[in-house]
Amino acid sequence: MNTWFLKGLRTGIVTTPYPDAEDATPGVTPGLPRHEENTERAFAAVSMCPTRALVQVEQEIVVDYGRCVHCFRCRGEGGRIRWEKNHEWAERVENHSSVSDGTAKVFSRSLHIRVVDAGACGTCLSEIEQLNKPYYNIHRLGFFVTPTPREADVLMVAGPVTGHMRTALLKAYEAMPTPKAVIAVGACALSGGVFGPSFASGGGVSEFIPVDVMIPGCPPPPLAIIHGLLLLTGRKKPSTAVSRKKLSGGENHA
Amino acid sequence: MKSQTDTLTFLEFGESLAARWRGQLNVRFDQGKSVCVIECENAKIAELCEWLFSECGYSFATLVVEEARDVWLFWHVFYGEPGGGLVQVCSTAAKTDNTAPSISRHVHAADWHERETEDLFGLAFEGHPRLGDFVLHEEWPEGVNPMRAGFDASTLYPRRAIDPQWRPRGIVQAPGAFMMPIGPVYSDNAESAHFLLETVGEDVIRTIPRFFYKYRGVEKIAEGQPVDRVLLLAERFSGTSAFAHSLAFCQAIEEISGIAVAPRAKALRVIFAELERFRHHIAAITAICQSTALAVATSQAGILEEEALRLTGALTGHRYLFGLNTPGGLSRDFSDQTCRTLSGVVEGILVKLCDLKELLRFSSSFLDRLEEVGIVSRELAVDYGLVGPVARASGIRRDLRKVLPYAGYEGVSLDTPCEKEGDGYARLRVLFKEAEQSAMVIRKAAAALPQSSVTSAEQSFRPGAALGWVEAPRGAAFHWVRIGEDGCVQRYRLATPSFTNWHGFHLAAENFAFQDFPIIMATFGLSNAESDR
Repeated sequence: MNTWFLKGLRTGIVTTPYPDAEDATPGVTPGLPRHEENTERAFAAVSMCPTRALVQVEQEIVVDYGRCVHCFRCRGEGGRIRWEKNHEWAERVENHSSVSDGTAKVFSRSLHIRVVDAGACGTCLSEIEQLNKPYYNIHRLGFFVTPTPREADVLMVAGPVTGHMRTALLKAYEAMPTPKAVIAVGACALSGGVFGPSFASGGGVSEFIPVDVMIPGCPPPPLAIIHGLLLLTGRKKPSTAVSRKKLSGGENHA
Repeated sequence: MKSQTDTLTFLEFGESLAARWRGQLNVRFDQGKSVCVIECENAKIAELCEWLFSECGYSFATLVVEEARDVWLFWHVFYGEPGGGLVQVCSTAAKTDNTAPSISRHVHAADWHERETEDLFGLAFEGHPRLGDFVLHEEWPEGVNPMRAGFDASTLYPRRAIDPQWRPRGIVQAPGAFMMPIGPVYSDNAESAHFLLETVGEDVIRTIPRFFYKYRGVEKIAEGQPVDRVLLLAERFSGTSAFAHSLAFCQAIEEISGIAVAPRAKALRVIFAELERFRHHIAAITAICQSTALAVATSQAGILEEEALRLTGALTGHRYLFGLNTPGGLSRDFSDQTCRTLSGVVEGILVKLCDLKELLRFSSSFLDRLEEVGIVSRELAVDYGLVGPVARASGIRRDLRKVLPYAGYEGVSLDTPCEKEGDGYARLRVLFKEAEQSAMVIRKAAAALPQSSVTSAEQSFRPGAALGWVEAPRGAAFHWVRIGEDGCVQRYRLATPSFTNWHGFHLAAENFAFQDFPIIMATFGLSNAESDR
């Protein structure tokens, strides 16, 4: 077993500097549409958006990040809508009672997460899995993935919540001790994505259980999920990019 | 037994078809595309399919059911060895009688396809031994068939209350026998699935999977949608093999509308398809290391997986290759230099992957957990029609990239790996070798990229139906698409490698100890998103 030990030592530390410093390594995030100018070309992009993530409200374009599925169609050849290589996307659902500021402090250095797959395509789960791997290593931040909801402080849900997973999701939520929180990960969990609402899936997690933090993206990269966790525990501020705009999923509990 | 007529060429097949079934079938050959369409009456379907499977060595690909105005249309699709082409058996049944001929008694690979069709279309397969709740669980009302025309797919269908006394049925009848349920919410971050493990003590005697917790009705919600919208579904229903599935869908559309794909787009499609396979196989290797609790190896493989993800993200803009495929080619071009950079980085990752392989090869505690565990014999793998790395570990080399070359694979020389043992270690070795092959294909393709545009001028979609196929990272995938007069998708059938291989998963998981179960599952490396759809 010495060989493995040496192999590990020789590899050194590869972990991201985030959240202490910015991580701008190429490929860590696909970015998000960051609309600023209402040019004619930008308005033309609104009709190209297949999921109504870009909406024209009077003379302004509003981005609904909860619906953006990263199809890049609005970016086009000439860059009609600018995409920003950011990853701090997570947003807190306001006026929600179950997690007060006091709880955020309780959780701040030891948060146990139970992941629930409510019909995810696999990429959100893959990105969540990266969190435990050397590049992101969330243990260093006091976050732990646990196999049972009975030990979990936070439920991390991906997928549009299929009809068949509804009971399992509710049971997992009920099994958690209070105080508890819910993080919705990815476009499907926020708005149903390209799948819901339909006969087989809901239109996001907040239709079934109250959501505390929403992380948009299709899928959100690991750094965005870390931002969501830090936001929940009050160690990071919500995204400036997303706060100003609409985020679907929050409407149900607003 | 499966005779060794495995090397039957398409021409020879035509001759033996004429000799065996003279005057009984209506056969249409398309020599250029290696496609044979056989029209067959209902009464002969089972016999014909059995002949295709056992005498001619064809593998069952999928069953496509279409609801026409006054008949049910059935397509039984088979594919052969390289040179053997594709065989589509077409039959019809009157809409009024709601029954269909079952072939699964002779072609066991069709078993789940028939159960699925029975559940979703409400068609009874005559002679099938086990029909009933399959895709739709017990909370779904009986007699409601979502795939039928006229079913309202837009709102969540109300479920019925489940009888609290309801228990799944067990098979094992022995003193002390009990059933251990696993899932649907289990392990650290596993996909939702449910397994009932029957046992009398240490060993798993029966594995009864209960899937479709992630059923999103993709085939149904695609109906009536425009092509560019269904493309999003094709790409996202199984995001970890997004490029492969969007490619299969695009190829079906291109076939229907007669869209020619530019040579450069074909070559780039090969590069990205192999990049996806490369990344997928590293992820699968990571999962196998993790299942045996070998921490350093898991970390090492995890580093390589993230490096492959970052490479993909940096060059294409998306870590899982979303938004690239489009009917007619790719949504954007990549310079020759970019592709060579990509190839260089892949080579670098491969060197580290080979280091890891060597270390694993000499870790006895690791090998002990994999060797002679989860064995699938070649005979059973053939009967279940297993595909991809799982089948290749059991001695079935069949690979769609060679059987029916698509995109730019005609000119690619591939040495598809093949092992005999059929155990967990054989599956691991296949993954390593395929990753090496992928890197090799990327290198060759990147060195000789043809110069042309990557999009097609032709962008209008004609009505019609066609099959698109790819060798996805987990194995053979078939997408059947029918476009209606309005240019929207009328029928979208998805046959995925995870669906095929989950069917045979119990073969590997039975008669092994409980603690081997997660390891066997990891060596199969299947996705529930891909199988449940």
